[in-house]
Amino acid sequence: MIRFDNVSKTYPKQNRPALSDVSLEIEKGEFVFLVGSSGSGKSTFLRLCLREERPSTGEVHVLGKDLGKLSNWKVPHMRRQLGTVFQDFRLLPNKTVAQNVAFALEVIGKPKSAINKVVPEVLDLVGLGGKEDRMPGELSGGEQQRVAIARAFVNRPMLLIADEPTGNLDPQNSVGIMKLLDRINRTGTTVLMATHDQAIVDQMRKRVIELDKGLLVRDQARGVYGYQH
Amino acid sequence: MRAQFVLSEIGVGLRRNLTMTIAVVVSVALSLALAGASLLVRDQVNSMKGYWYDKVEVSIYFCTKADAAHSPQCVNGAATDQQIADVKTALDKMQVVQTSAFENSADAYKHWKEMNPDNPLISVLGPEAIPQSWRVKLVDPTKYDVIQSAFAGKPGVKSVEDQRKILENLFGLLNGLQTAAFVIMVLMLFVALLLIVNTVRVSAFSRRRETGIMRLVGASNFYVQMPFIAEAAFAALLGAAMASGLLLGGHFFVQNWLADRVQFIHFIGLSSVLAVIPLLVVVGMGMAAIAAFFTLRKYLKV
Repeated sequence: MIRFDNVSKTYPKQNRPALSDVSLEIEKGEFVFLVGSSGSGKSTFLRLCLREERPSTGEVHVLGKDLGKLSNWKVPHMRRQLGTVFQDFRLLPNKTVAQNVAFALEVIGKPKSAINKVVPEVLDLVGLGGKEDRMPGELSGGEQQRVAIARAFVNRPMLLIADEPTGNLDPQNSVGIMKLLDRINRTGTTVLMATHDQAIVDQMRKRVIELDKGLLVRDQARGVYGYQH
Repeated sequence: MRAQFVLSEIGVGLRRNLTMTIAVVVSVALSLALAGASLLVRDQVNSMKGYWYDKVEVSIYFCTKADAAHSPQCVNGAATDQQIADVKTALDKMQVVQTSAFENSADAYKHWKEMNPDNPLISVLGPEAIPQSWRVKLVDPTKYDVIQSAFAGKPGVKSVEDQRKILENLFGLLNGLQTAAFVIMVLMLFVALLLIVNTVRVSAFSRRRETGIMRLVGASNFYVQMPFIAEAAFAALLGAAMASGLLLGGHFFVQNWLADRVQFIHFIGLSSVLAVIPLLVVVGMGMAAIAAFFTLRKYLKV
């Protein structure tokens, strides 16, 4: 699903590489936490997976494609096969919940009939049935993140990438989101989640990948957030 | 691609940025109107050239008795019939000459009297004061020099005159106007381009949330950029429509007002104006779309 082969990434005008000689593989159907302090290279790792950056050296394979060799015009097509969720939800404030999810389908040219069918389905799945016509501003943070997850999952992607999805949420809402992501994972979707949330990582007991100053320092099958904590 | 969705996006974009949109529409309208005007002036000049050059002649004037006193070419007195016949023979041999007609002093005097009935000189001058002449029509009216060099200074010839000279001044003025319109058009077009670039930039910035999400969910570059390009093209279309209105207004002003007062000019018709309009629309929209496209390449990366 994701394979890094000796990947390094150095940004222009910076001496220290953001990611340094990282090799790892994430299999289909896995649930993986990506942990590490700020500046450890988590964001760079995710950006490389999304082909928002290209590696300086090494190869990044996502969904069977070598992203370093993927031409620009093929990138949108690649991104349709994965879902992304962010800490800040990234919803459109002037569109309703249903319109926000539908927007993701409209802009990739899906027909109206298909959109009308799948949007209520996916909103039910994330537990927002009945709130289709609410505006994002009227929802709690947890509910907003559910909308974002619905949008990311509406195409039934093989891979879901989440960048600190619980970063803006209280513990109770965080648990709800984690349950949802776990449910999505059980449908066969691979989930890669970067997080700072120690409690969640310790509780879920999933594979943990830890980065420190750009180096891969730990890859543990049923890990916790950190040894020292 | 769903047209309704795209159209609503364009509407939102244009309204959100209304003042800039108006600035783009007006500057595109002015530059396109000037471009159209400059094209039409060229058409007008060409049509006038065709119309007038058909009528202009080169005149070869012969000496009269009176000329002997003050024209050095005519020291031998009035031109003889033989000299006039020699010129005719030479003219007939020339390829550039289409036709030539002789005008004797009596006819020339009559014409002159008809044209200037109030001239006080009529009572003073008799027909013998007006020179005889060959009126030469050329195949190509611009080849006047050939006649000039062949006959100027020949015995009995007083002067060779080209009526085209008189028209050249008028055409020179029109060409100058055309150049001025062209220069202003280039400047206005440049201003319009800058405005379009800026409008697209502001528009892209104010909708960076939408475009960010579009990129995230895998909308194609075309789909992300299309609303902006269509927006610029639509503003340019409004500008082109305004420019067409200005040109048509100008045309009707010329037809209904100027044509009555300036009757010696044959003005170009409505069909010429209508022929220019599609060109303005295509140029305006194409220019805006291309400008938007290149602006977006910088601001909306994959």
